[in-house]
Amino acid sequence: MIGEFLQALHRYPFMQYAVATGVLASVACGVVGSYIVVRRITYVAGGISHCVLGGMGAAMYLNKVHGWHWLHPLHGATAMALAAALLIGLVGLRYKQREDTVISAVWAIGMAAGVLFITKTPGYASDLMSYLFGNILMVTPADLRLIGLLDAAVVASALVFYKQFLAVCFDEEYARARGLRVEFYYLFLLCLTALTVVLLVTVVGIIMVIALLTLPVAVAGHFAQRLWHMMVLSAVLSAVLTTAGLAISYGPDLPAGATIIVLAGAAYLATTLLHRPLSALARKGTPHAQSL
Amino acid sequence: MMVGTPRENAVNDPPVIELNDVWFSYDGPPVLEAVNLHIHEGDFACMVGPNGGGKTTLLKLMLGLLLPTHGSVRVFGAAPHHARRRIGYAPQQSQFDPRFPASVMDIALTGRMGRTRLFGPYARSDKRAAARALEEVGCYDLRKQAFPSLSGGQRQRVLIARALASEPELLLLDEPTANLDIKVEGEFQELLRELSKRLTIVLVSHDVGFVAPFVKTVVCVRHRVSVHPTSQLTGELVSELYGQEVRMIQHSHDCLEGRK
Repeated sequence: MIGEFLQALHRYPFMQYAVATGVLASVACGVVGSYIVVRRITYVAGGISHCVLGGMGAAMYLNKVHGWHWLHPLHGATAMALAAALLIGLVGLRYKQREDTVISAVWAIGMAAGVLFITKTPGYASDLMSYLFGNILMVTPADLRLIGLLDAAVVASALVFYKQFLAVCFDEEYARARGLRVEFYYLFLLCLTALTVVLLVTVVGIIMVIALLTLPVAVAGHFAQRLWHMMVLSAVLSAVLTTAGLAISYGPDLPAGATIIVLAGAAYLATTLLHRPLSALARKGTPHAQSL
Repeated sequence: MMVGTPRENAVNDPPVIELNDVWFSYDGPPVLEAVNLHIHEGDFACMVGPNGGGKTTLLKLMLGLLLPTHGSVRVFGAAPHHARRRIGYAPQQSQFDPRFPASVMDIALTGRMGRTRLFGPYARSDKRAAARALEEVGCYDLRKQAFPSLSGGQRQRVLIARALASEPELLLLDEPTANLDIKVEGEFQELLRELSKRLTIVLVSHDVGFVAPFVKTVVCVRHRVSVHPTSQLTGELVSELYGQEVRMIQHSHDCLEGRK
């Protein structure tokens, strides 16, 4: 089965693009996913990822019906994700109590708009499935260039401001007392989340993005003692999971996105079950550890 | 009982912290009413009072994290947010994610925010300042350990180190002795005594028993504020401040022990 995958990888460019996409997306996924998990904003990522369908649908509609041929669904996804991130972020900062309402609204309205656009685009209703559940095997060289660009931008800005993000994620009030513009960094983090979501939508589709954003980080969280360890571990893990998912799904012709997510879930379950007894053993000698 | 310091006569200088007729309320009845408070350089002030009396609110006004509904707050003669570089702050430690992946050094370094460069990792001078601060509180050997794995007393020290890493002139501490057992609290008081030799310190405590020999000013906060030199702190004053609660306060150590 794996031999078959390696042969295909050697022979078909689409297979190479798929693996490259998975690995590129994994880097952003590990770095930004770690921030998302420690800052506890996975539900914001959920809202952003689902509303992306609206942007993709609108871009495709304008492309096919109005002849805007330069407009690619990934452009629509990017614009929509950024708009949603800023909307959720600003409402969250101004009216904290309304934040979850806005997330739910953005989540569902984005999807509804997407469904409407896609059904009104002649001949493209089948694309709905690939947006929802991912279609990593359909990545074109043009897609790959855009993905590479987004990836570089996200990872670079996430690392350049590492110390600020860590300070804000750990203790927002203290960071504010030190004169840090925490609102700016929060919105910045949401925008990075939005771009990461766009990258991951190509790999596993809209519905399963949250799983890929959080599960590798959760696994890494069992072992990592520092934030950047968590980022490296989860990026590597995510790259391994997406590549393994591609390899396993290729022979029996399974959907790659779903295979990747099931693998990630299995990895999380296994490490959670094994981690507890192991760390309990390791902790026996140190009564103070984990006292909170 | 006052401990002599070189700054003993600094009382005539303009105050480090100056609150004039400050009122504050979060959407409701005022938490603080007509507060006038001056803290001078070299002072060690302990703010005591019942829970909900406005101690932490007062501290946050001094940090500029909250703005007064009425009145003015000046720190080092300026609005608090302009004085932030000169203020070290250690919040209550109960508010942290107990699984946050960060080492002790990582946490101490966040104290360099506001002084360090904008882009890229911390500079070597930041690391030196953080290391020095950790050494001062006796936690340098723990620098590589995960912050969540520390005991309550160790965490509290690291939070003080984080405040010291910013090289402040004024230290604001919110309940640094909450949840510490008596032995650790004793060591902790020793640390504060050392720090008070070179810093102006304002400390919040719900525990009037904390008012240690080296505290110079006691600020009683119960919506209104009254200031007393430690020599005036009598049983009568305490019961006036806490009313019915006073019996519980006096036994707070036993209560804490019993709960563990």
